[in-house]
Amino acid sequence: MRRFLASALFLSSALPVLAAESKGGFPPFNASTFAGQLFWLALTFGTLYLLMSRVALPRVGAILADREAKIESSLAQASKAQAAAEVEAQGLEQALAKAKANAQAIAQEARSKSAREIDAKRSAVEKELAAKMIAAEASINETKTKAMANVEDIARDAVSAIIEQLSGKAPTAAAVTKAINAARGE
Amino acid sequence: MAQPGTIDPIHQFEIQKLVPINLFGFDMSFTNSALWMVIAVSVITLVMVYGSAARAVVPGRLQSLAEMAYEFVANTLTGVTGREGMKFFPFVFSLFMFVFAANMLGMLPGSFTTTSHIIVTAAFAMLVITVVLVAGIVGHGSHFFGLFVPSGVPGWLLPFMVLIEVVSFVSRPISLSLRLFGNMLAGHIALKVFGAFVAALLGAGAAGILAPLPLLLAVALTALEFLVAFLQAYVFTILTCVYLNDALHPGH
Repeated sequence: MRRFLASALFLSSALPVLAAESKGGFPPFNASTFAGQLFWLALTFGTLYLLMSRVALPRVGAILADREAKIESSLAQASKAQAAAEVEAQGLEQALAKAKANAQAIAQEARSKSAREIDAKRSAVEKELAAKMIAAEASINETKTKAMANVEDIARDAVSAIIEQLSGKAPTAAAVTKAINAARGE
Repeated sequence: MAQPGTIDPIHQFEIQKLVPINLFGFDMSFTNSALWMVIAVSVITLVMVYGSAARAVVPGRLQSLAEMAYEFVANTLTGVTGREGMKFFPFVFSLFMFVFAANMLGMLPGSFTTTSHIIVTAAFAMLVITVVLVAGIVGHGSHFFGLFVPSGVPGWLLPFMVLIEVVSFVSRPISLSLRLFGNMLAGHIALKVFGAFVAALLGAGAAGILAPLPLLLAVALTALEFLVAFLQAYVFTILTCVYLNDALHPGH
């Protein structure tokens, strides 16, 4: 509205000049130029429309669609690669956990195996020692009884020697045995 | 024609014959108006056809410009009419680019503004309304005329409403053409008047001191006119989209 007022103002200020020239009047309202302008407008705008609708717009549209498709496919590819990497990482983690468990199992086995071996060795040694002890005890007993038997003989010899020294005559073996047994308190 | 020193802001709108041509008894001479139409189409073709020729995924300068224009008009069109409006995209795009290029080229000193002639803007407006009518009737048949019958109006008021709707529809091409014509005309006259003031003041002795004032105004107006040149092309386009939307979805 303001612009129209302004144009009206300028038009009125220019009117005297226009009147002085008065060559076909106000150019935009000069109907004799209408046919030519319409003709050239139809020609140029028609050409523009054909160029745009046949050549330029399909091409630019294709470029834009192409770019969008490229970006989309690249993004899809990237996300696919990321997913693959994640799967791989998971696999690796699993393998690591498995290897750890394996190592633990092996260590456990080795430990229990060595413990079992040690146990077996110890029990064998203990058995051997026990057997040796029993044998030693038996030999001690034997020696003891042997020694005890020897002690009787020695005592009889000593008794008959003492009596011979005291009485001058050797006692009989039976008398000595009898005496010893009596001395033993039987 | 105009004597030096006189203010003649209308002279710039005069049609001058460059190559006289007579077809079937009509004067079809190649004029300055026709020349600037050809220049406008050439500039648009340079940007849109030559600019997109490389089909680069990473665009250069000219291709960026072409893509920007494409996306700007496509977004405007789909924003108003939705996806189905894209079948009118070549038409709306050509319209916007032609009006925009003509307006902008008209800002060059010594050039001719083709859109400052009522016959050109009226032809565009009639073309738009014709496309709307044809598309509406082809797409929806008699249902298209439901556009003139608003729903939810009491029966006794209906004739009035239909009359108002018809008047408003008929006035569309008039307002569409006058808006563009008036804006381009008034802006260029204003620029010329202020420019002539500068010259007149400089030639008027002591009053020459005041010459920078209209010069400043002329500079400010030039900036404003560049804005108006774009804005009017945009307004023309978006109104075309709104009218096309009526043809695509009547009965709103």
